[in-house]
Amino acid sequence: MAAQETRVVTKFLRERTDDSWTFDAARTHNKAYSALEKAMGMEPAALIDEVTKSGLRGRGGAGFGTGQKWSFLPKDVFPRYLAVNADEGEPATFKDHMLIEKDPHQIVEGSIITSYAIQAHHAFIYLRGEFALGADRLQAAVDDAYANGFLGKNILGSGYDLDLIVHRGAGCYIAGDETGLLSSLEGERAMPRIKPPFPAVQGLYAAPTIVNNVETMSTVPHIVREGGEWYAGMGVNKSTGTRIFSVSGNVERPGNYEIELGVTFRELIDDLAGGVSGGKKLGFFIPGGASSPWLRAEHLDEPLDMDRAAELGTMLGSGAIMVFDETIDPVLVAWRIAKFFAHESCGKCTPCREGSGWLEKVLYRMANGLGRPDDLDLLMGFGNTISPGVTWPPGMTTICQLGPSTMSPTLSLNKYWGEEIRARLAKDADRRTTLQVASA
Amino acid sequence: MSANAVPMSQWPSDHRYTIPVAGDQDMVTVTIDDKVVQVPRGQLLIAAAQEHGTYIPRFCWHERMKPVGMCRMCLVEVEGMRGLQISCATPVVDGMVVRTESAPVKAAQDGVLEMLLINHPLDCPVCDRGGECPLQDQTLAFGPGESRYVEEKRHFAKPIPISDLVMLDRERCIQCGRCTRFAAEIAGDALIDFGGRGGHTEVITYPDEPFSSYFSGNTVQICPVGALTAKPYRFRARPWDLDSVETSCQACAVGCRGALDSTSNRLVRLLGVDSEPVNHGWLCDKGRYGYEWVHSEARVRAPGLRRGMELEVTSWPQALDAAAAALRRVRDEHGPGAIGVLGGARGTNEDAYAWARFAKGVLRTDNVDAQLADGLPADVVLGMPRATIADLDRARAIVLLGPDLKEELPVLALRVRRAAVDLGVPLIDVAARDHGLTSSAAHVIRHAPGVVQEAVDQVASIIDGITGDGPVVVVLGRPSVAEPAAATIHAASQLAKSHGARFLSALRRGNVHGALDLGLAPGFLPGRVSLDAGRDHLSATWGGTPDATGFDATGILRAAANGTIKALVLVGCDLLTDFPDRALAREALSAVERVVCVGAFPDDSAERADVFLPTGVWGEQAGTTTNLEGRVSVLRRKITPEGRTMEGWRIAAELAARLGSDWDLETVEEVQDEIAQAAPAFAGVDAALLRRARDGVVLPLADHLDEVTFVPATPGAGVSWEPLRPAADEVGNGEVAAPPAPAVALHTWSMEAPAPAAAPRDSYALRVIAARTLYGNDRVTSESPSLARLATSDARLLVSARDRDRIGVEDGTVVRVTSPRASVELPIHVDRSTPEGFAFLATNRDGAGASDLIDLDAPVTDVRVETLS
Ligand SMILES: Cc1cc2nc3c(=O)[nH]c(=O)nc-3n(C[C@H](O)[C@H](O)[C@H](O)COP(=O)(O)O)c2cc1C
Ligand code: SF4
Ligand code: SF4
Ligand code: FES
Repeated sequence: MAAQETRVVTKFLRERTDDSWTFDAARTHNKAYSALEKAMGMEPAALIDEVTKSGLRGRGGAGFGTGQKWSFLPKDVFPRYLAVNADEGEPATFKDHMLIEKDPHQIVEGSIITSYAIQAHHAFIYLRGEFALGADRLQAAVDDAYANGFLGKNILGSGYDLDLIVHRGAGCYIAGDETGLLSSLEGERAMPRIKPPFPAVQGLYAAPTIVNNVETMSTVPHIVREGGEWYAGMGVNKSTGTRIFSVSGNVERPGNYEIELGVTFRELIDDLAGGVSGGKKLGFFIPGGASSPWLRAEHLDEPLDMDRAAELGTMLGSGAIMVFDETIDPVLVAWRIAKFFAHESCGKCTPCREGSGWLEKVLYRMANGLGRPDDLDLLMGFGNTISPGVTWPPGMTTICQLGPSTMSPTLSLNKYWGEEIRARLAKDADRRTTLQVASA
Repeated sequence: MSANAVPMSQWPSDHRYTIPVAGDQDMVTVTIDDKVVQVPRGQLLIAAAQEHGTYIPRFCWHERMKPVGMCRMCLVEVEGMRGLQISCATPVVDGMVVRTESAPVKAAQDGVLEMLLINHPLDCPVCDRGGECPLQDQTLAFGPGESRYVEEKRHFAKPIPISDLVMLDRERCIQCGRCTRFAAEIAGDALIDFGGRGGHTEVITYPDEPFSSYFSGNTVQICPVGALTAKPYRFRARPWDLDSVETSCQACAVGCRGALDSTSNRLVRLLGVDSEPVNHGWLCDKGRYGYEWVHSEARVRAPGLRRGMELEVTSWPQALDAAAAALRRVRDEHGPGAIGVLGGARGTNEDAYAWARFAKGVLRTDNVDAQLADGLPADVVLGMPRATIADLDRARAIVLLGPDLKEELPVLALRVRRAAVDLGVPLIDVAARDHGLTSSAAHVIRHAPGVVQEAVDQVASIIDGITGDGPVVVVLGRPSVAEPAAATIHAASQLAKSHGARFLSALRRGNVHGALDLGLAPGFLPGRVSLDAGRDHLSATWGGTPDATGFDATGILRAAANGTIKALVLVGCDLLTDFPDRALAREALSAVERVVCVGAFPDDSAERADVFLPTGVWGEQAGTTTNLEGRVSVLRRKITPEGRTMEGWRIAAELAARLGSDWDLETVEEVQDEIAQAAPAFAGVDAALLRRARDGVVLPLADHLDEVTFVPATPGAGVSWEPLRPAADEVGNGEVAAPPAPAVALHTWSMEAPAPAAAPRDSYALRVIAARTLYGNDRVTSESPSLARLATSDARLLVSARDRDRIGVEDGTVVRVTSPRASVELPIHVDRSTPEGFAFLATNRDGAGASDLIDLDAPVTDVRVETLS
């Protein structure tokens, strides 16, 4: 039987395409804020327990246990803050974009519940600056929540106060990293900070802060409403519940698909996304955003399971699956991704700042017939400075994960096409020598 | 979260970026490359390793700033932690096992250096840093030896000026963030930051806002490459041709330690030396680039004797004979009291002592004053309970009761800012207008000039609400010369009585404290003793002392004006620009019969000189100087003076000899030894001790002996981008015998200071606040070409926008400003720091201005402002 979507966070927005973002529609047809009403009757600690029980793991990329993160907050240190990561910058990821535009009340509700659970009185949604429509809808949702007593003073008569601020970023990838995000929110350049201290200990304005992704927040109301056990009953192993995957590239039906974790890549790509377009054969695919190392046809029957991905030397990351058919030159793809990282490195750490540009320059040559015979080895060589060992999970010399992520395409090239590329580089060099001799 | 990393929030706050003082806290055991060492808990690994002989390479870390972790050069292996750790942001914990030379560490160091060099231009042959460049040095010591990079390097237009003093070469920049962090964290004026991303990251200034910080030179010093260069030094020297001595800056009374470099007998550079109790390695730009004036063409380099209208060049014997003869005649004909000696606050301690001995022991006049009516009474300064600069760090509260420290004592302002911002010491700002430290203050109290009672009551109640066992430190000086010091002193006396406040003097002139300590004040003799108390003791060495207490500077000039004083000796002071009441100065100078000028410049007062005796200056003269906390530190001679100048103390000794008193002093060390023996507060501070005390000694030594750190006799400068700090002597303090107690009880201030009567307000007048700005018409600024550019030379009347509107003129309009004393024309400008009803006038400006309007007899200076028809 062909695989199906399992819609939890996308159910309502898929069903009510005309006005899912409005307060009336969400409240009337999607029981919006009913989870909040329930949460307000619970102890904050019980909420954290419930989320921990659900096994929910962050949907921003790192896949860290959400309840576990909340429980890292140092006891009795206040104020605390919640920062919702709506910066969605990972190339080919467009799930948060959809959630923000189509179901902002779900995010707001999740954010309020989370703030209550961690006892924060100020929450921020750091929104990718380019999301203009999203900014309007999210702000409208926040305004409606205030107007209906779900935000502000004494929420639902509980005595609990919360202010929620929608902040539009100025547009850079690194503001998506949690500490970069906090710097940006404070009005500084979005440059990641040294960890420790982790944000949960010293985050925004040096106060304990929880940073969670939009999809993570959108999931929270469902867990509160239906129970952690219900959520944990879905999924596979330690990857519980459902997740939205943004499938793009050479597929017949690109788009967002919410599936129960454990479904295989083949089911997702073939059954849901309609398979490789034009009837071509699969070349390779990137399973978790531009930062993740690549997989090939032999991995299609692997399950979408975060820990299994790690065993395969990659990650499900931001849930962006990019499919490339057999005609696409992997070196060209590697160059294009390298160009992205070279542009987006914040410039803080030497290996990332300098190495990302170096990578881009060499890959450009390689992709355009101007490679030198040793170029792949050169990349793997200086790549050791950016990420010792050039493997995944990566060794680090940098502050944040962007550094080692720049090496993912190269390590994939080396792993799957090493011999082929070396031969091609030698041929390119030969051809140039011949041309030089001929023109001399 | 790794198990044994201590979250930064739990680091003891004062260990975040300074080296903790060993012994002050728990020690933990750490193994660094198999060496087991004891280090203070929470100290950063990079610092702990260095103290125990393991140098971990670094670019971005600077021990006086918070770690940022940018360069990734300091990676090390820590057992139990995944991957490599940056040692500059990893605090030590007990049992930590660290490797700084393992294969993965070496690979990382090779790699990071290779990365740093791929875009670094091959400018070394023409780079100021070449030869003393941390990038070169660490590449040699830790680098890969070759590069695999064959692509095009990054290009930027270069160099670009980012201020009048600093040039930026963005190709050379390695993005360590030292300069940007200094500006934001230490100086508190974040005028530079990073712009761009990735390989295009560059240091930027904001549009239309240059990096015009008073502290910009520090960024040049701590930049680990030649990306930031100082215009005064660019292309002036190759580092290996430089010769360096450690000395103290005398541009103001903070007395920052510095390494003074010369080549071919020219001073070319002053670098900050990290003295924990004084300057933490920082200098202000005036101090840093103010060495240029030493080489000014305008200096007088040969003695001069008046013949008619002209001062003619003459020989030393002739000039000295003439000066001695003139003074002898006045003394013999009119008595010692007919001679006044003014100035002496800019030389060495040895000069000051010699002038005091000459005036008081030889001429026997007590009409002597090193201050020019712009400071505080010697009675207060010499006798108040003193604080040290380091006391600021542990103060219960700091009260500002003086001038704008950023303008007058810039590096002290940094230290106060650090105490307030980084160490959380409550800063109480009591002033008539906003100033450089207002934004760091926890409490801002505004009062009208001359009216402080209410403010003092507020301060008292604020302090009552602050708990803590440190001292209340009052930074005490003259907030304005447009009113007498009485109100400020009254406030100080109340805080001393009610809260046991201790005082840090905010007098400005380079060695004014040395001059006062050594007797250049009426009623006092060298060593902080009053004339009466010290008479017998000093007479034993001098053979005699003045019979009666003399006048202060104002009294001396009045006496000169009315003919009682017939001769003036001006030691490095220009009455016509330095004295706040110019009319009085002019009158005095034209009335006296004889003027002997001892100085470096042919200034306005020297036009009246009968004899001009040229002195050597800072950099040319060895000796000691005393800073505002009473710290005596060594000044070294770096260059041989051009021309025929003489050390100040020698001039005094030569004059004394001609008046029949042979002192038998041949070397500066002999003067120092005589001071130690004759001046009670200097007991124990002899030449031998001074040579060995790294950060100098605070007087009286008996109270501060345990703060002294001893060094080997010859300190070396080392590299400049890291805090220069000569190593402490192994011998330690135990070697020094307890200093002898002062032979005479030191003067103490009675704290009796009545409140001055409040001057009635005239609602049509603006009350004047007159004070200095860092750059003005002073010689250090005007004779140093690099600084002269920064000075605003014209006088302006600064008022609030409302007062300007009420007067009804545009900014810049010239208006008539009339005080009871005089009327002058000045352009008017709006200034946000000046409150309604007041006007600010900078005193160090050319032309008509504050010193024409001020009448020293009046309790305040009120002016009316009228438009010109
Ligand atoms: C370079 C970089 C970019 C990132 N960008 C995003 C992003 O755009 N959105 C996001 O939610 N998380 C992003 N993350 C992950 C965040 O750092 C953080 O782990 C996440 O927001 C935590 O939320 P979660 O636990 O709900 O996943 C990024 C991380 C890195 C290192
Ligand atoms: S790894 Fe790259 S993006 Fe991340 S902090 Fe360092 S320089 Fe910035
Ligand atoms: S200019 Fe110098 S100090 Fe500033 S970031 Fe660049 S290398 Fe560092
Ligand atoms: S010195 Fe540690 S990262 Fe630069």
